[in-house]
Amino acid sequence: MTIDRKRVLWQCRRALLELDLVLARFLERDFDRLDEETLADLEDLLRCEDHELWAMVNGSAPCAKERWRGVLGLLRQS
Amino acid sequence: MSVAKRTFDAVIVGAGGAGLRAALQLSEAGLKTAVLTKVFPTRSHTVAAQGGVAASLGNSTEDNWHWHMYDTVKGSDWLGDQDAIEFMCRKANEVVVELEHYGMPFDRTDNGKIYQRPFGGHSQNYGQAPVSRSCAAADRTGHAMLHALYQRNVRANTQFFVEWMALDLIRDADGDVLGVTALEMETGEVCIFHAKATIFATGGAGRIYYSSTNAFINTGDGVGMAARAGIPLEDMEFWQFHPTGVAGAGVLITEGVRGEGGILRNASGERFMERYAPNLKDLASRDVVSRAMTTEINEGRGCGPDKDYVLLDITHLAPETIMKRLPGIREISIQFAGVDPIKEPIPVVPTCHYQMGGIPTNYKGQVVVPKDGEPNSPVAGFYAAGECACASVHGANRLGTNSLLDLLVFGKSAGETVVEDIAVGNLSLKPLPADAADASLARIARLEGQTNGESVHEVGLAMRRTMQKHAGVFRFDGLLKEGVTAILEVAERAQRTEIKDKSKVWNTARVEALELDNLIEVAKATMISAEARKESRGAHVRDDAPDTPEFPNGRNDNEWLKHTLWYRDGNRLDYKPVTLKPLSHDVDPIALAKRTY
Repeated sequence: MTIDRKRVLWQCRRALLELDLVLARFLERDFDRLDEETLADLEDLLRCEDHELWAMVNGSAPCAKERWRGVLGLLRQS
Repeated sequence: MSVAKRTFDAVIVGAGGAGLRAALQLSEAGLKTAVLTKVFPTRSHTVAAQGGVAASLGNSTEDNWHWHMYDTVKGSDWLGDQDAIEFMCRKANEVVVELEHYGMPFDRTDNGKIYQRPFGGHSQNYGQAPVSRSCAAADRTGHAMLHALYQRNVRANTQFFVEWMALDLIRDADGDVLGVTALEMETGEVCIFHAKATIFATGGAGRIYYSSTNAFINTGDGVGMAARAGIPLEDMEFWQFHPTGVAGAGVLITEGVRGEGGILRNASGERFMERYAPNLKDLASRDVVSRAMTTEINEGRGCGPDKDYVLLDITHLAPETIMKRLPGIREISIQFAGVDPIKEPIPVVPTCHYQMGGIPTNYKGQVVVPKDGEPNSPVAGFYAAGECACASVHGANRLGTNSLLDLLVFGKSAGETVVEDIAVGNLSLKPLPADAADASLARIARLEGQTNGESVHEVGLAMRRTMQKHAGVFRFDGLLKEGVTAILEVAERAQRTEIKDKSKVWNTARVEALELDNLIEVAKATMISAEARKESRGAHVRDDAPDTPEFPNGRNDNEWLKHTLWYRDGNRLDYKPVTLKPLSHDVDPIALAKRTY
């Protein structure tokens, strides 16, 4: 695994259990096959505050940035 | 092997509410302060706190700190230390108003004061009527608090070491604490943080249970480090559980679901709460519901292939009601249980939520241990605050909104004590022992060299299942005794964990193995302390210590009105008295009584 990928892996440790669980399932299913561009989108998305991220994942808030749409779609399926 | 060294006046481990509040006190006093944190400060688990922070401001209803103190002592089932409780309740208004001045966006009344709402267990006039004591920022109180404190720390030049994991406490031959060793995740290097004062604010260890509301970062790092350094852990048998966490996930299903008409059912579809609480049924108090659920599961009436959960049924409610009143719950149920509660019931289990015990401290935030006949002798250079510490204000059971208050009051108090101790010359930079980093380096070398070892994931799972089964919300003598044997076996396995990835940079597998070292100490302390306490008190409820006229609620003050101390070395137990005397001479103690609501 590249260093970039390993760094993003740690960014998936969150303040809210809800996000930990969604991200853990996502990592298991999708992480290894993410291309570099999607990985960068994920890292950008992970800079969000936990409550905002959870609201986007559970659909109660709209996706706030166009580049997050793809990876958010993957998280919503997790 | 040489290890890099950094020197500070104070090093704080953990950047949640308690760590940030302590850091602020130090940095604003001009001390050179380092804060080590595994994740970015505003990603600490304090973010998850919704309810609010208790303070007897009296903005919405008449209130005073004496009433708050009474509620807290009673809530603790008289195991809380009354000096620390008085201190916390008296300081509440001050720390809340300070936070307001730091820019915390509290909800407001029409006339601009901090709005306060009622919360369970908080009362007016010594239990006479509910009181509005909780100060909140919508349902994001913890989040808003962390942001306010973080910004203020940046202004005060606190130095943050983000994505660093503290590994071990450094003590010298006198037992004084001289700092910590820590691992920088980005490089994989170990470094010594040498300081006059070390403050632990690492939060709870709720991840020792299979079903837990705690985020993955809550691995009790400070508690584990303290135990390995020979500090006893206090009252670790007391854990607060919430009755309805999603089975297998832990995410909370709010009490509001039962308020809307949700019914708990066992494997045969029976509404079992009718047998346990004929009047209130599913709306009985948290502990009654949790115990009933556990009894159903233990007696083989649980659901699913392993018969290890019960069902929360709202399928009889109109879909429009669910969509309108409980949208978040439907989302959580679909997301984490894989069921739409409109069509199918939700699998739930009692779920671990909060650690009442921890590193023993006094109201000044000093870590205290028995020494030369004195039960609360301060360890020079060592302080703790927040969920990792046991002051003890929550005793055997914590009241809602007292946790955020705890971390503000004792975070600040620990900071103040350090500032004072340095000012009067009680603390200096003592020389580091030559072997300061050896224990940490040996742990890492062991992981590097381990072959044919155990999987971190498998051992962690075994620990969580053992704790859930043997030391859950309702406790049985036989299960606890078996649990002691079982957890010691798991602890043996934890000494042989192996990681496949031996790289240094961003090695999360290594971090998880080191976290398990901390969790397992907490698990042992909990199981052994729980097995030994032969009464029921607060959150520690034993089947063989029921409510009788001689022992109301199963509580036995003659034998068990005392704090447990568990020492890692030899799994030894000791006890120390509960402080029943308040801090001030003119404050009357809250006399022992049966805890009823």
